[in-house]
Amino acid sequence: MSSHCRNSGRLLFILCVIVYLCACDREKREYRTAPLPENGPHAETLSALQPGASAPPASDPRGREYENNAYHINQGERLYRWFNCNGCHAAGGGDIGPALMDDQWRYGGNIDQIYATIMDGRPFGMPSFRGKIPDTQAWEIAAYVRALSGNVPKDAAPSRREGMSATPPLSQTPKQPPKNSEQEPPH
Amino acid sequence: MSIEQTVNANVKPQTFSDGSPMLASTWSDAPGFWGWLTTIDHKRIGKRYIATAFVFFVLGGLLALAMRTQLIKPENGLMGPDRYNQLFSMHGTSMMFLFAVPIMEAVAVYIVPLMVGTRNIAFPRLNAFSYWVYLFGGVMIWIAFAMNVGPEAGWFSYVPLASSDFSPGKRTDFWAQMITFTEVSALAIAVELVATILKTRAPGMTLARMPLFVWSMLVTSFMVIFAMPAVMLSSSFLIADRLVGTHFYNAAEGGDALLWQHLFWFFGHPEVYIIFLPALGMVSSIVETFSRRPIFARTAMTLALIATGFFAFGLWVHHMFATGLPALGNSFYTAASMVIAIPSGVQIFAWIATIGSGRPYFATPLLFVFGFFAIFVLGGLTGVMLASVPLDLQVHDTYFVVAHFHYVLIGGAVFPLFGAFYYWFPKFTGRMLDETLGKWNFWLFFVGFNVTFFPMHYLGLIGMPRRVYTYPTGLGWDIWNLIATLGGYVIGVSVLIFIVNVVRSLRNGALAGDNPWHAPSLEWATSSPPPSYNFAAIPCVESAVPLWSSREELPALSGVREDRREILLTRATDAEPQITWGMPAPSIWPLVSSFAVTLLFIWSIFDSWGVIWGTLPLAVALTGWFWPRKDDRGLKSEKE
Amino acid sequence: MNALQSALAPAADQAQAIDGIWHLMLWICVPMYVLVLIGMAVVILRMRRVAPEFTPATPSDTQISRGLTLWVIVIVAGLIVLTLGSFFVDRRLIPGAQADVNIRITAQQWWWRVEYVSADASQRFMTANELHLPLGKTVHIDLMSGDVIHSFWVPNLSGKRDLIPGRTNTIELTPRQLGTFRGQCAEFCGLQHAKMAMLVFVDNENDFKAWWQRQVQARNELPSDVAKQGEQLFVSSTCAMCHTVRGTTAGSLAGPDLTHLASRHTLAAGALPLNAGSLAAWLADPQQQKPGTNMPTIDLEPDQLNALVAYLLSLK
Repeated sequence: MSSHCRNSGRLLFILCVIVYLCACDREKREYRTAPLPENGPHAETLSALQPGASAPPASDPRGREYENNAYHINQGERLYRWFNCNGCHAAGGGDIGPALMDDQWRYGGNIDQIYATIMDGRPFGMPSFRGKIPDTQAWEIAAYVRALSGNVPKDAAPSRREGMSATPPLSQTPKQPPKNSEQEPPH
Repeated sequence: MSIEQTVNANVKPQTFSDGSPMLASTWSDAPGFWGWLTTIDHKRIGKRYIATAFVFFVLGGLLALAMRTQLIKPENGLMGPDRYNQLFSMHGTSMMFLFAVPIMEAVAVYIVPLMVGTRNIAFPRLNAFSYWVYLFGGVMIWIAFAMNVGPEAGWFSYVPLASSDFSPGKRTDFWAQMITFTEVSALAIAVELVATILKTRAPGMTLARMPLFVWSMLVTSFMVIFAMPAVMLSSSFLIADRLVGTHFYNAAEGGDALLWQHLFWFFGHPEVYIIFLPALGMVSSIVETFSRRPIFARTAMTLALIATGFFAFGLWVHHMFATGLPALGNSFYTAASMVIAIPSGVQIFAWIATIGSGRPYFATPLLFVFGFFAIFVLGGLTGVMLASVPLDLQVHDTYFVVAHFHYVLIGGAVFPLFGAFYYWFPKFTGRMLDETLGKWNFWLFFVGFNVTFFPMHYLGLIGMPRRVYTYPTGLGWDIWNLIATLGGYVIGVSVLIFIVNVVRSLRNGALAGDNPWHAPSLEWATSSPPPSYNFAAIPCVESAVPLWSSREELPALSGVREDRREILLTRATDAEPQITWGMPAPSIWPLVSSFAVTLLFIWSIFDSWGVIWGTLPLAVALTGWFWPRKDDRGLKSEKE
Repeated sequence: MNALQSALAPAADQAQAIDGIWHLMLWICVPMYVLVLIGMAVVILRMRRVAPEFTPATPSDTQISRGLTLWVIVIVAGLIVLTLGSFFVDRRLIPGAQADVNIRITAQQWWWRVEYVSADASQRFMTANELHLPLGKTVHIDLMSGDVIHSFWVPNLSGKRDLIPGRTNTIELTPRQLGTFRGQCAEFCGLQHAKMAMLVFVDNENDFKAWWQRQVQARNELPSDVAKQGEQLFVSSTCAMCHTVRGTTAGSLAGPDLTHLASRHTLAAGALPLNAGSLAAWLADPQQQKPGTNMPTIDLEPDQLNALVAYLLSLK
């Protein structure tokens, strides 16, 4: 064995250590909610509805963790079906509830806004799931809803699922950055 | 120009390692690092192949030790399920795809051209390319693993568990693409070996006189050529399912999860024999040399190899008995799986008879062969048990199966491989491995192995399933798991001793000389390590044991040109000289091409367009590879 | 020897038949192995240390060839016996046309949904992770999967059979021995493959009927106020999102049916024994007990936890 072999072996080892140290969180399997930040925005907001259109809610740092993580998004997809989100929103195209796979958002399309929508409910039919859906799962569903409009990293987005599919794989969905809708919700 | 003019028929005694300076300069590589990168010498590539595969073996073994440590007691908290699943997936993947198959091919890349008496492997640039592709594929999956993107659905990646629905993220994509890397490299080597064995044998080495190791590699290479496309297909389907949402394995849309199992095991079962047949060839070489007699029942041995290779394709369903396929069909696979015991039995008998009727000389390689007998036969017998549908239904996917295939793969492949390493190390390096350390290496391995894996038979029968990251106490499994784990550490020590032995012997080992074992086959006719051109003149073969029947001097053919890279092609059956063949010169393009291939494969994990745009750099690299050049000695035509 | 989950302690016709082929295998394979070892031992004992320079031998091989022929005949004869034995045992495992009890099992990541089927719709019911079988009766179990491939395996009763999405497999069991047996998923199915077990109780006919009658009913009257609080919490909170308790408004099928949870012996597909302590531990943090399970960890106040435990333990 030449010394080059040994050198490349050593190089490989060092490389491994380096990549291990900077291993990204995209593939982590995290089973519980990240601990709450002490004075985080989670604290007792009853609704993210605020007077004035422009004031965005303070963003929750946990949101990014969920929408960048393949496992969470995938769990969200499963829960979306289990908790019957598709009963109103169908496979994302909307039914008696609004579509979730476009760029139109009445109550904001950022993950913490979606999280708030799930937890607190919205006028005209969206029920509040606070106390029903635990934090972790609500974040996971919110992350999946983000994925429906292509707003998660492509390598974390779910591809086709087992079963009948109504839509192309979400990893193929073009990104549609949320636009907050100007129009009034329908009556 | 007729063959008679090209090759002078004057037969003269020859020392095969003192070629003319011109011959040496024709076949030498560029000096230094550039030469290291561009070499297409089968010996240099073979050595680095062996070293790389051995590194993966050690890494895979460390994973196994980590798993055994987790299982040392019930409800152990060393690691969670996610880590454990990645560990056993990587262990299987490393051992099967990155160690077992490649190292057999690696030994063949080094030894086969020498054994058949030629100067380089056929398609040497392809050979270099296959090494780099293999290296990059292995490094890729290990980097992915280190980044927590390691495969998590097992080395077999059953769908739908491996589908994007149940294995989100890129973990399984890396695994599937690693398959593609290793397939490309294995297929490339298989083609080279078939061409080398059929067309470049020394004059006189008819098929009947071909060493059994070469025979085993011929059968193995054909098996690779037929088996690998099945896994290539299945992993490509998996990639397409995951990446662009096709439905090959989606039952709801008309696909079928069992399709994966059929395709995978149509490859996966022959794969076991792809690993095992070369090992049989190694055993035959060692047994012949150390018994000091030609192997008993050569023809039967050869037929046994071919029969094994043939039947290996007829029993993949015995991995699927529990899936509920029609019972009558299953019975056919039972019979086919039983039949394969016959050629194995013939070979075992022939080896023992050879040793018994010869004048055996005891050294470490033979020790490993005896270890192989003891372990492999037991594994073969449990294999017969597993061939029975009803019994398989009980022990399938339990630790009984874990025990069985470790007996077959470690006993049937790793023991012969270690024996072969002790046997051919002098040829590789010019130095002998230490016998005392060798005996320690063997005994610790043998004892450790049996302590680890024998209890697993019982564990499986008393209900312990495979691939569990933990187990409850109170089922009678605790003590056997503890024993198995302790045995695992002993194996670890044994491998450590082997590494120490290799490192020490590389520097201080006794000098070997050309033929320290007084072996009969051609690789021992030249110096240790062999010169770049292997043989100064092409040896002529008059029997199956050329160095024994012409002990004083081996006849040789001269007339193959020395001023360019040229080898002699002979007829596939009787090895009559046909024509000389110009071989290509060293080149950087195989390396560049493998970079391009790596780029394409990894790109396509993340974006389906990678398949399209990734072909552009590859096209550039291949154009460079095949661009005709005047100074390329190998590519000059015959007519000059 | 512990016989709770062992192929070596057959308790049904099917496992008994397989045990027979196992002994046949053992009686043929062990002598074969011993023969090889004897051959090796003879060779090693006759071996003398010879210098490497020794000249090669050229013995006559006629005698040995005869030995080889004999050896092949012995192998072939052994294989024929084994193949035939295996064939006939295999035929005995094929489910017949009729069964006394029909059960449907749908495997989920990482638990077993069990449905007892009856022509009378009022006699059907659903439970999880636990089977009761009548002694000496033929039982057919239809095996399906809700997600990935699993494998149904109760070694004391029979060999395993996979549960594959898109397919239905059937396994026949004829238990011949009263008692408790354990089964475990035998096909790797993801994170918690290791903790996907079930208990099988073989009862005599009367016990079995009584158990069935109990199971088809809705949940029983709640014994205490704490339990009533617990039910209130159950139906109004996270629990009802996935679980069913017949007789209440909780009716989701995503998780196991809990109507008669307290009549079962384990929790979380055999991961924990069922008692107040382990139930509390499980409710407080399922992800600690069974990392990756689809049961989420939720914030529960201590009195909420107590109420839930009291409620669930009252569901006899």
